[in-house]
Amino acid sequence: MNIIILGAGQVGSSVATQLAREESNEITVIDINQDILSELQDRLDLRTICGNGSYPALLESAGADDADMLIALTNSDEINMIACQVASSLFHTPTKIARIRSPEYLNRPGLLSDDSIPVDFMISPESLVTEYIHHLIEHPSALQVLDFANGRVQLVAVKAYHDGLMVGRKLKTMSEHVPGVDMRVAAIFRDGESIQPSAECVIEADDEVYFLAAREHIPTVISEMRKLDKPIKRVMLAGGGNIGGQLAAILEKEYQVKVIEAYPKRARELCAMLDSAIVLLGDAADPDLLVEENIESMDVFCALTNDDEANILSSMLAKRMGAKKVMSLINRGAYVDLVESGLIDIAISPHQVTIGALLAHIRRGDVVAVHALRRGSAEAIEAIAHGDSSSSKVVGRSIDQIKLPEGTRISAIVRGEEEVIIAHHDTVIESEDHVILFLTDKKKITEVEKLFQVGFTYF
Amino acid sequence: MQLLVIQRILGLLLIVFSSTLLPPIIVGLSYGDGAVMPFVESIVVFLVIGFSLYIPVRKQKKELRLRDGFLVVVLFWTVLGIASGLPIYLSGIYEISITDSIFESISGLTTTGATVIVGIDRLPHSLLIYRQELQWLGGMGIIVLAVAVLPMLGVGGMQLFRAETPGPVKDNKLTPRITETAKALWYIYLGLTISCALAYWLAGMSGFDAVSHSFSTVAIGGFSTHDASIGYFNNTGIQLIAIVFMLLSGVNFALHFIAIRKRSLNPYQRDAEFRTYIGVLLAVSVVTIGYLQLNHTFDSTTDSIIEGLFQVVSIGTTTGFTTAEYYSWPGFLPVLLLYVSFIGGCSGSTGGGIKVIRILLLVKQGARELKRLIHPNAQIVVKIGKKPLPENVIEAVWGFFAAYFAISALMILLLMATGLNQETAFSAVAACLNNLGPGLGEVGQNFAYINDPAKWILCLAMLLGRLEIFTLLVLFTPAFWRK
Repeated sequence: MNIIILGAGQVGSSVATQLAREESNEITVIDINQDILSELQDRLDLRTICGNGSYPALLESAGADDADMLIALTNSDEINMIACQVASSLFHTPTKIARIRSPEYLNRPGLLSDDSIPVDFMISPESLVTEYIHHLIEHPSALQVLDFANGRVQLVAVKAYHDGLMVGRKLKTMSEHVPGVDMRVAAIFRDGESIQPSAECVIEADDEVYFLAAREHIPTVISEMRKLDKPIKRVMLAGGGNIGGQLAAILEKEYQVKVIEAYPKRARELCAMLDSAIVLLGDAADPDLLVEENIESMDVFCALTNDDEANILSSMLAKRMGAKKVMSLINRGAYVDLVESGLIDIAISPHQVTIGALLAHIRRGDVVAVHALRRGSAEAIEAIAHGDSSSSKVVGRSIDQIKLPEGTRISAIVRGEEEVIIAHHDTVIESEDHVILFLTDKKKITEVEKLFQVGFTYF
Repeated sequence: MQLLVIQRILGLLLIVFSSTLLPPIIVGLSYGDGAVMPFVESIVVFLVIGFSLYIPVRKQKKELRLRDGFLVVVLFWTVLGIASGLPIYLSGIYEISITDSIFESISGLTTTGATVIVGIDRLPHSLLIYRQELQWLGGMGIIVLAVAVLPMLGVGGMQLFRAETPGPVKDNKLTPRITETAKALWYIYLGLTISCALAYWLAGMSGFDAVSHSFSTVAIGGFSTHDASIGYFNNTGIQLIAIVFMLLSGVNFALHFIAIRKRSLNPYQRDAEFRTYIGVLLAVSVVTIGYLQLNHTFDSTTDSIIEGLFQVVSIGTTTGFTTAEYYSWPGFLPVLLLYVSFIGGCSGSTGGGIKVIRILLLVKQGARELKRLIHPNAQIVVKIGKKPLPENVIEAVWGFFAAYFAISALMILLLMATGLNQETAFSAVAACLNNLGPGLGEVGQNFAYINDPAKWILCLAMLLGRLEIFTLLVLFTPAFWRK
């Protein structure tokens, strides 16, 4: 696929890295900063062009004429939208994806359509991250919660503790333990290494267990792995930017929310926007402020500014001062590994969240969701099976019969509106099923894509 | 340094390039010239060395880093340059020595076109086509070819590509994938070669000569299948065809690519380097033709124009074909032509020399310094076309220029120390460093009669010129080898 990416920021360069690794993609990256581009060019096999990505001449020189897809990821909504408009009007680019951050644009469904501004898919990293954090607060014991099939199936990561009922037992005893609850352990990470979750496998304390289950069964299953944390009541958010503001607006309906914001102007805007949440003006790393606002009785402290270092330090401070659980937004991959070893409970990497959503649009073979798991070493994919047993490689076959690439497993199937089937070796896949797969080797992703492509496109 | 990875790639490249010995074998068999055995033996040697390098480390698959790229390119050019001398040596033609065989093969690969063989007309066909093929492979770059045909070089390919392609700015990819870029370049190269061969053939060359000469014309090489070079044909049509194709091959291939894709000639007209390139050659032609006329070197005006134009283009683009004995032309003309060869072809072309774009930049930089003297506070940027160039490119060009002249000065001294006279030493260095071919004085016709040490020095000069000095020179810095 011939893809033009606008913007080589954190999201842009991560997407470019992911896509350039796949043989079949030809990538051109446009940015106004030559230094970032040179660095990217050295590292990856792609073409870079320096300049303003919404200018027709520049898009033309990037080969917009025969591009299959434009992904506009600059930090300006307006440039992204205009770039899509230009690509559509002048170059007839088939697929246009734009990153739109401002809720002002997001809340008007008619705005981004073929008749007005031709954006085929928009992604809003802020909304995605907000939703991601919201899930984590809903399930206080989980490390990561990912939606499949519009939230009917969820993938949850939990850290097993001694107080979990299943800990120290073999996986196959699970079904006896919780009759009526069908679940599937998809992956287990022990000391950072992935281990194959076979029936004989014993869950140990401190394992990171990834399991899939229907949404309503999630708390039951978590309780097998560890004692359930008390439901969260009080939340403190440090940083009231786009993410902080949106998150506060969602959370304030169910929880007691405090938002710390450093800039008076933004603080006033937040006050106007929020009803019951308390907006505090001040520095999130100011111990006096934290003490005054009862940091020790906070269930969750989230650092959400756009400064990695500030987030890490204020979360560490909050943890030290008694917050039960701290989460921090961290952009730099190297920092994530550094702090997750203990200082901070959960590190949230915004671009990893975003890339998952983006990849779903880019993958062929009707892949609807792609999620990178916490360590980035594995990926979970939701794909729709089309066609019939003669044109498709998967439809009409039981899981045993499907030739899956090595390191890939089918974990669950969502059929129709309601039915969630946890995959067993004899489960037969039907047309239009949503199939949820796990890959421990990302290089195999093209093979999975091919598997789900129908008939004549498969040669 | 990832030596094992480098060894793997080197082995692989040698295996792949052993196949380039097949065409001479086919030609030799079809002409029945009885000189096929040296090539067969050489293939075996190539394969044995290639496999013994490759097999022990075949599982070493890592991305090449910047430094590895330099080492692979230099090693490959050196190893292949020396190894390609093997068939020539084994052929035993005119009791050729090892030094001479290697000189001949390096001269071929680097598209220099300086020869040590006298009596080329009597060589077997297989050896003739082999010399021409070497030039053709070296023209667009053997590494670029490797990148095009070996997809597994991946990102590492870019490092190799950069170390081999000529010109100051090397990040301009024609297509997003390096393999596709390399392929596009080779398609254009192939297209030019085929049209050139057809044109020669229609103008009256034999099929064999047409193909042979198209190889060395488009590669801006200069080898011929005759001692008298293009002059052998004594045909104005052939001279004109050669002029056109030498000119085309001296142009940046990226420009050809854009022009073909847009199906328009505008890109040429807009390109500052192209305009300068044509301008310089035109100006020098006018001076040359005028001076030839003034001295009545040729009997007719038409002869002066054709011979003058041909020789200027041939030497200015660093091809090195000859029709007349230009080294005996009157007055300053021979030296003027050698000077023009320092300018050479455009960046990204098959030509040698310093490259037009660098000269253009130096001139503009000089003009900027003059302007600064008049307006000390002025902010002036150096622009090419309408785009300002980053300062580091200009600095790099200065560095290159200085290194180029330091190297040539040093080599002239060394050659004189081996006993060559000044004219011969200067022209031999210019001819080899610029990948031109013929020089003046003792090396006016060929390089057969100079001493062996001088030949080795000139081999180094040819490699330095083809790899644009820094790629090779960087290996001699201690920092390169430090971990």
